[in-house]
Amino acid sequence: MSNETHPQAVPFIKVEGLGKRYRDDQPPVFENINFSIQQGEFICVIGHSGCGKSTILNVLAGLEEATSGGVVMAGKEIAGPSLDRGVVFQSHALLPWLTVEQNIAFAVRSRHPRWSRRQIAEHGARFLEMVGLAAAARKKPSELSGGMKQRVGIARAFAVEPKMLLMDEPFGALDALTRGVIQSELLKICEATRQTVFMITHDVDEAILLADKIMLMSNGPQARVAEIVINTLPRTRTRETMHHDPQFYRIRNHLVDFLVHRSKVIQQSGPAASGGEPLVVRPGLEDDGPPPGPDQPQSSRMRVVA
Amino acid sequence: MNTSIRLKAALLSCVMLLVLLMVWQAATRPGQQAAGAVDDEYALLMGQAAGGASETVNGMPTPTQFATLAWRQISDPFYDNGPNDKGIGIQLAHSLARVGLGYLIAALVAIPLGFVIGMSPLLYKAFDPFIQLLKPISPLAWMPIALYTIKDSTTSAIFVIFICSVWPMLINTAFGVAGVRRDWLNVARTLEVGPLRKAFRVILPAAAPTIITGMRISMGIAWLVIVAAEMLIGGTGIGYFVWNEWNNLSLGNVIFAVLMIGVIGMLLDLLFAALQRKVTYVE
Repeated sequence: MSNETHPQAVPFIKVEGLGKRYRDDQPPVFENINFSIQQGEFICVIGHSGCGKSTILNVLAGLEEATSGGVVMAGKEIAGPSLDRGVVFQSHALLPWLTVEQNIAFAVRSRHPRWSRRQIAEHGARFLEMVGLAAAARKKPSELSGGMKQRVGIARAFAVEPKMLLMDEPFGALDALTRGVIQSELLKICEATRQTVFMITHDVDEAILLADKIMLMSNGPQARVAEIVINTLPRTRTRETMHHDPQFYRIRNHLVDFLVHRSKVIQQSGPAASGGEPLVVRPGLEDDGPPPGPDQPQSSRMRVVA
Repeated sequence: MNTSIRLKAALLSCVMLLVLLMVWQAATRPGQQAAGAVDDEYALLMGQAAGGASETVNGMPTPTQFATLAWRQISDPFYDNGPNDKGIGIQLAHSLARVGLGYLIAALVAIPLGFVIGMSPLLYKAFDPFIQLLKPISPLAWMPIALYTIKDSTTSAIFVIFICSVWPMLINTAFGVAGVRRDWLNVARTLEVGPLRKAFRVILPAAAPTIITGMRISMGIAWLVIVAAEMLIGGTGIGYFVWNEWNNLSLGNVIFAVLMIGVIGMLLDLLFAALQRKVTYVE
């Protein structure tokens, strides 16, 4: 899964020199963003508000245009939105006048305009079943809880079977309990479908649970991808057991440490040199570096959250 | 709780109606009308003998007189005894046909145009001064221009209905379309939904409650305006009927017509309220 150092295949997604400037008299929100994504990888992006995470995701989705640089997916430059890049919106963005199954059918019909009504319904039902919402098919979104709506949003995105799934803090508005349940579901679905995912999150534990690689972004303006953390925890990790692995705390401390101190220090150290991929680190394997054991308050909070 | 409030309200409404009828009855008691110095003086001025035979059938009717008259009108609404004596049904049908036609043309213009204006911030800004200027003009002020250019009076009335109902529909459609949530449009974009499908499956249902509100306001205004317009153009219609009966000094018929205008207006509004409920969604 960690093939970033091997120069083997051409990456599935290649982001080169991406920069965004909203106003000419202001410094860019981010600049010189370089990274690549392999097929089947789950990438999480962590960074403080205002570092341009969402903008990068929107550029990948084709909903926004970058000021400089570009993105190449499977050998083709991204220009505008595409069915190959599905988006799960933070606000779920279900069409409120349609029922759950109609919402999914709307997406499926976009992908397969020639399919019969029955084919579309059957295809949609399969994905609704996958997120455990078959019973709510005939309901309107307003009759569902926040967690259920987000699951419909996920089912809709998966039903299109995109080559790449983009998620902008999909669980940000959910309570911790619901979030945990949906995280486990998502992990299972991604495991089964080998879906390539690019996800923004604020939750360090969520990133460690889901991601193969975690991209750390320094503070904006002039934000950049400071580091790419390789998640060395085995892929069989689960919410319930992963905190028993000593690697977990090493990675977690590394991430928290970054968010608390280093994201700001890196910003103050000046703009990034152009070109060059960000530093790749494996804090889980290192025995030196940040203290291995967790400090007590953090670990107790962890158990509540996860 | 809810039903008891509704019951109480209905009861209260009945009491109010009863009080109204009693006041009416008291005010129109026979004999009271003819009395009074003012009336005598007025009669003198009009060249009539004071106190002489001023008890006319055409004065303000009592509730019972009115009820008989209303019953007579309702039981035979479609009689036609020449240009100045047609049943209330025929008059209302003429008015409704004018309103319906003018309103339909207005909807056919305003909704597509509003759609386009709402989709384009440039057009929104470009059209805005015209809409702002034309909107507050009383529709009846257009009447002379319409009569001069169109010549035909019935068509002029339809034009007046058109011009008064076009603005609320246009403004609301543009407003509703411009205000469709970005997220929903982004969903359509990421799904590569074509422009027509996006217009009919995403923007139209999203803006429908606002559009229907505009249509409801327009219908209300159109129904207000038709009465005045028909008083001007004459010939047929409920507005002309009111004016004609006033010239006949048949106040009973005037009151009956006023009541019918209210009833039809209410029914039209209820129709749009039902339509509005159908397209409203909860976010």
